[in-house]
Amino acid sequence: MTRRSWWAAALLALACAGLAGCNRSEAAPREGELAWARRTADMVQAALAADRAVYAEDILQRLTMVQKIQVVDPESGEARPLEGREDWKSEHGKLPLPAQVLRMGAERVLMSESGLSYVLLSPWPINKQNRARTAEETRGLDRVVGSRKPHYGTEVLDGKTYFVAIYPDVAVSEACVTCHNQHRDSPRRDFKVDDVMGGLVIRFPL
Amino acid sequence: MRRAVIAALWLSATAGSSIYLATSLRGGDRTLYLPGDTTSGHHQIEDKCEICHEPGSGLREEACTGCHAEELAAADDSHPPQKFLDPRNAALLHRIDARRCVTCHVEHRPGLTGEMGVTQPADFCRTCHQDIAEERPSHRGLPFSGCQAAGCHNYHDNRALRETFLSERLSEPTLRPRATVPQVDREVRYRGLRKAPLGRGQEDAPPGASSEESIAAWAASSHARAGVNCTDCHGGSPVAAAGDAAARPWTDRPGQEGCRGCHGDEVRDFGRGKHGMREAAGLDPMSPDRARLAMNPAADHRELSCTSCHGAHDFDTRRAAVEACLGCHADRHSLAYIGSPHHERWQLEQSGRFWAGSGVSCATCHMPRVRRVDTDRPGVAVLHNQNDALRPVETMVRPVCLPCHGVELSLAALADRALVDRNFRGKPTARAEAIEMLRRLEAAEEEAR
Repeated sequence: MTRRSWWAAALLALACAGLAGCNRSEAAPREGELAWARRTADMVQAALAADRAVYAEDILQRLTMVQKIQVVDPESGEARPLEGREDWKSEHGKLPLPAQVLRMGAERVLMSESGLSYVLLSPWPINKQNRARTAEETRGLDRVVGSRKPHYGTEVLDGKTYFVAIYPDVAVSEACVTCHNQHRDSPRRDFKVDDVMGGLVIRFPL
Repeated sequence: MRRAVIAALWLSATAGSSIYLATSLRGGDRTLYLPGDTTSGHHQIEDKCEICHEPGSGLREEACTGCHAEELAAADDSHPPQKFLDPRNAALLHRIDARRCVTCHVEHRPGLTGEMGVTQPADFCRTCHQDIAEERPSHRGLPFSGCQAAGCHNYHDNRALRETFLSERLSEPTLRPRATVPQVDREVRYRGLRKAPLGRGQEDAPPGASSEESIAAWAASSHARAGVNCTDCHGGSPVAAAGDAAARPWTDRPGQEGCRGCHGDEVRDFGRGKHGMREAAGLDPMSPDRARLAMNPAADHRELSCTSCHGAHDFDTRRAAVEACLGCHADRHSLAYIGSPHHERWQLEQSGRFWAGSGVSCATCHMPRVRRVDTDRPGVAVLHNQNDALRPVETMVRPVCLPCHGVELSLAALADRALVDRNFRGKPTARAEAIEMLRRLEAAEEEAR
């Protein structure tokens, strides 16, 4: 082999390695990896759903609707009912809504840089930032609302491949339905208990 | 020969300027190196570059949060960075990286800097909320440059602008009957610190360390009434337990350390405002000649510390609330205070003709009484960061205006710059846009029902 051929071969090898590196993030995930991802997402969803139910039923509903706790306002001295409110952080004696607790947890998880992210989205969101934004979110939300079954897929965001799982978000209590039906910014006001109100999107990189 | 002279002159000039520049960088006047004027919120500390910059490696992102994270959390920040960490926001972040403070607050760019040190164009909300008119028909046709300018929204602090908050207060009167500002919980906050009252002759300053005048002022002060003796602030007590502040060696000017033991919250907050941020950053104290607001020239070289407003021994909070401010501040708003409706009520309260808490001093608005829960001395206290309620101005509504006024008048008055300059003599010339829009919305909803 001549010296020139050695150089050509080395350059070719380098180019191939570079191309392989560039394409790596967009390479199709293997079936085994997808099966693992599905199981992982299902476990995360189970934990989130359980925590959310505990907060909604055992904390918020128990304190506000069963025990009907009253809180004394330090400025006026008046007793006011403890309640869940969107602006709970800037008001005295208020509690966050279950969806806000989920979002606050999601933000803390994002700050931990573990790679996991989750968000509640809906075709009828009160906050319009919570509607589907990516193609996979749009497709998945349509499916879970129609089928009431989880949707699994992958998508590439900013050059990185993510596994995306979307689970139906069902109205489990009258409180969910009443709040969404009465909220000024709600685009849909005929929800009933057991309706699918949106989807929980769980996403992590592959 | 001529060449040699020119070369020598050139060499001397180069060496001289190099020495001057190097000396400046190592502790002299570093403002020489500023790439542009610093914003009004940071110019006080501009000669200590390393507060924000890592030597040799640029800006430290945590420099912003180091000073502002706590106030942003207290403001229930509407756009915290963590909101944008979700990968689904990747496309938006390419347009505006909302995770970083410096995306919107670039320092040293006076030509680009607007209100609140923002260096984005006034219509930057458009980047993410371009379809707002579809969601809210009430916003159709409104320019994006007006989101904040009209007084309806703030990027970070919307505590006084949220719909639910405003909606519950639409029927509030302009002035509440028997309007009273919150009273400081002195008894509650200083419980456990108070001792038996002291009087003249019981002072424990070492011989020769005090004067007749200082002892007389102390004996008439709230400190003497609370049993606080000379050594509690100045140190030098022969009987104090080791580790106790009074056991430190006597010092004539104890500075903030003398106050911190009992007034830690106040000292900390003072260091977060424009009055105390220089000293808190390890620089010499702020003085009025460094200020950008109009100041009384006679006060130019006063140094700002606890005693500049409170006095060294009498600790007269009434003087600290008005005379101390007007001794330095000479801008239109400050000068218009004397004779204003707020000042009239202050005089009526001080003369005993009106009830306690009915008067409004400079401090009532700029150092509001807030309920502290984040401290080991909880209760209503005076917030000693006099800039906290001004960032942005709507922040003032809840702690300052609402105890006496309805939300509608409060928002309209704060948005009227000319009225602010006149120190609220007269009425706002325009109604608050946020309130007007909410009223229209509620009327339309009522009609639809």
